[in-house]
Amino acid sequence: MKSKLKLIFGGLALMVSGLLAVQLYASAPPDANGNEAIGRKMAKQAIKREKKWSTTNHSNHPVLQEKFTSGEQITEACLSCHSEAAEQFHKTIHWTWLAEDAETGKKYGKAGDSLNNFCLSGNAMEDKGCLKCHTAWNKKGTQGQINCLKCHNTSGFNFDEAFTDINEFSNDGDPETDEIAADIQMELVDAVGRIELPDRKNCGTCHFKGGGGDGVKHGDLDTSLTKPNKELDVHMGIDGENFSCTRCHTTSNHNIAGRIYTNPAVAEKKSLIEDDLAPKITCVSCHSSEPHKNDSKMNDHTDKVSCQACHIPSYARVNPTKMSWDWTKAGDLKDGKPYHTDGPLGKPIYKSIKGEFTWDKNVVPEYFWSDGSLSSTTARDVIDPAQVVKVSHPVGDKDDPDSRIYPFKIHRGKQPYDKVNKTLLAPMLSGPKGYWTTFDMPDAIAHGNKALDIPFSGEFDYVETTYAFPITHMVAPKGRALNCNECHIRENGRIANLAGLYLPGRDRLPLIDNLGFLAVLGALVGVGLHGIGRFFAKNNGKEASNERKENH
Amino acid sequence: MNEKKIIKIYLYTRYERFWHWLQAFIIILLLITGFEIHGTYTLLGFQTAVNVHNFVGLSWIILFAFFVFWLFTTGEWKQYIPTTKKLFSVVLYYSWGIFQGRPHPVQKSPGAKHNPLQRLTYLALSALMLPVQMATGLFYYLYNYLNNSIELSILAYVHTLVAFLLVNFLIVHVYMTTTGHSLFSHISGMITGWEEIYETTKIEDWEKPQQNK
Repeated sequence: MKSKLKLIFGGLALMVSGLLAVQLYASAPPDANGNEAIGRKMAKQAIKREKKWSTTNHSNHPVLQEKFTSGEQITEACLSCHSEAAEQFHKTIHWTWLAEDAETGKKYGKAGDSLNNFCLSGNAMEDKGCLKCHTAWNKKGTQGQINCLKCHNTSGFNFDEAFTDINEFSNDGDPETDEIAADIQMELVDAVGRIELPDRKNCGTCHFKGGGGDGVKHGDLDTSLTKPNKELDVHMGIDGENFSCTRCHTTSNHNIAGRIYTNPAVAEKKSLIEDDLAPKITCVSCHSSEPHKNDSKMNDHTDKVSCQACHIPSYARVNPTKMSWDWTKAGDLKDGKPYHTDGPLGKPIYKSIKGEFTWDKNVVPEYFWSDGSLSSTTARDVIDPAQVVKVSHPVGDKDDPDSRIYPFKIHRGKQPYDKVNKTLLAPMLSGPKGYWTTFDMPDAIAHGNKALDIPFSGEFDYVETTYAFPITHMVAPKGRALNCNECHIRENGRIANLAGLYLPGRDRLPLIDNLGFLAVLGALVGVGLHGIGRFFAKNNGKEASNERKENH
Repeated sequence: MNEKKIIKIYLYTRYERFWHWLQAFIIILLLITGFEIHGTYTLLGFQTAVNVHNFVGLSWIILFAFFVFWLFTTGEWKQYIPTTKKLFSVVLYYSWGIFQGRPHPVQKSPGAKHNPLQRLTYLALSALMLPVQMATGLFYYLYNYLNNSIELSILAYVHTLVAFLLVNFLIVHVYMTTTGHSLFSHISGMITGWEEIYETTKIEDWEKPQQNK
């Protein structure tokens, strides 16, 4: 008998340990034998190539060693070899700042009718303050000459300042200042020759500092990405893959792959296996649509959940990002002069010229269904001021096969709208007639809306608005990807707001749960009472063996 | 008033006992991990719970196929044929007679290991609840390959409902094991295979201990 017991329990123990062993094996990290997730393997393959090499060194070209006195001259020098570059570039959004929607006829873009809830409007390039980031020399907008160096020069040299100094010093006839001018000229020629593909600083000058400062707009793009470590961005980390921006934002004819207003970054998510010429802009391009280990339930998520949703646990992980902007508070002056107040994160929380701000770090994104495009409220669209106006909001639906759950930064604002025309307004900010000079909002609006050729009734108030930024940079190493229970949890999960789908761990039918627990309770009480009954019954509920004929 | 001597017969074969305890282990493990996945509590962590649940669940389906094979090749399926004979008296016994110290109205024998109430319960369990649970679980697992032909929520609701029924079964079943000659006599019967019955019960030669196999 004993040996049998041993056999049974031994068998069970073996079974249990077998189950657990297989379980542990299935969830083990990749080992040295290359047993790693297919998505990692494929991504490594996609970037396996020799170091970038070139057949030219621009600093050796005589045409770039001239004594330039203006930026336009440098561009002429560039175009003397790159004869098609200007024509190509003039068609790109980096030049036009326009993204016209052929279907609706709407003019999106900073030079069009698009608005945001930061500095509100570009006023059709009339607001010169915005043109600091435009790709023409001397803030001339599309009237000017292309500034090739903005994207292709890696020296970090301030060419605008240099030209101002050269022109000032070399024309005053003083031999001492002539010498200074000559020195600057030397430095300038030295700097001009440093021509490369755009590096992070080139893109970052505008894209890290959009909205007037570091990390103001995008929560996932700020100067911390100039030299990030792997923890901050697993792709760009200088201690890791060290990707430049252009590694993913691939280019054809000067058109850089990326999201543009209502257009998603790519229409179709294709891996390089399906199409090796596809832009590498999406995760899927390199990591495939089944990136995790083959038997992993995680791969079943990729039809509904974006990679970013789990692999970017929070944004603004190093530098703070602006979370809200209240224009109603703008215009407060001290002794007739504008002032600003810094907050605990070392960022301004009040500026007379702009209003009140809040900043935050390590922000948990908000999640929405998204097909990669955004809907925008332009300065011409009629709004409902009783609602929070979504100046920019993700487009997507749970039933749309192209939509996934994506993380977003939502920037909240209070900005002016026309009480009669029910449109958002576009005050002019910089310049002599701008709000930052006059502190006269109605007048600034009148000028700003005039630039856009949109009527202003004269009556305005402020409305609450939101502006959405997709969070797609700052991908963390896989160990920092979200735990399941960030979403698969009954209450306060990350996607508690997304209804209409069954999410295990979050959802249930209360009727079944309530009846179920009631039944379990009933069973426990039932057997409890039955047991107590037997305890107090005759012979403790056991058969009095001398009276019984049958066993139970 | 004749005194009855308790003797033992070999009632449950090695495979039956093995299957019983393995399935008990599987069901308990699935209930523990399943209700964690359901969000009722946190124990192993969601991911581990899912991995264990999936692995054990899929293993169960494969092992269950062996059980079905065994059931039909040995003819043991006949043990599950429902009957109304004496059903009422069994119900009456457990709700009344047991407190009076009355005898159980149905005796165990190798040809009828289950009393009418057990037959009904185990038939509902093995032929209905467990297959439904396995089917909904499998569809749930393979949801991505079903092309939205069935709502995940429906699968989940049925799966949860049956899980609650199984918890109820487990509670009552475990309690019922204490109603034998002694508190642990039924459990020991399911471990050793030897069940206690009264001497006067007609038993075949092969059922006797000396023919232990």
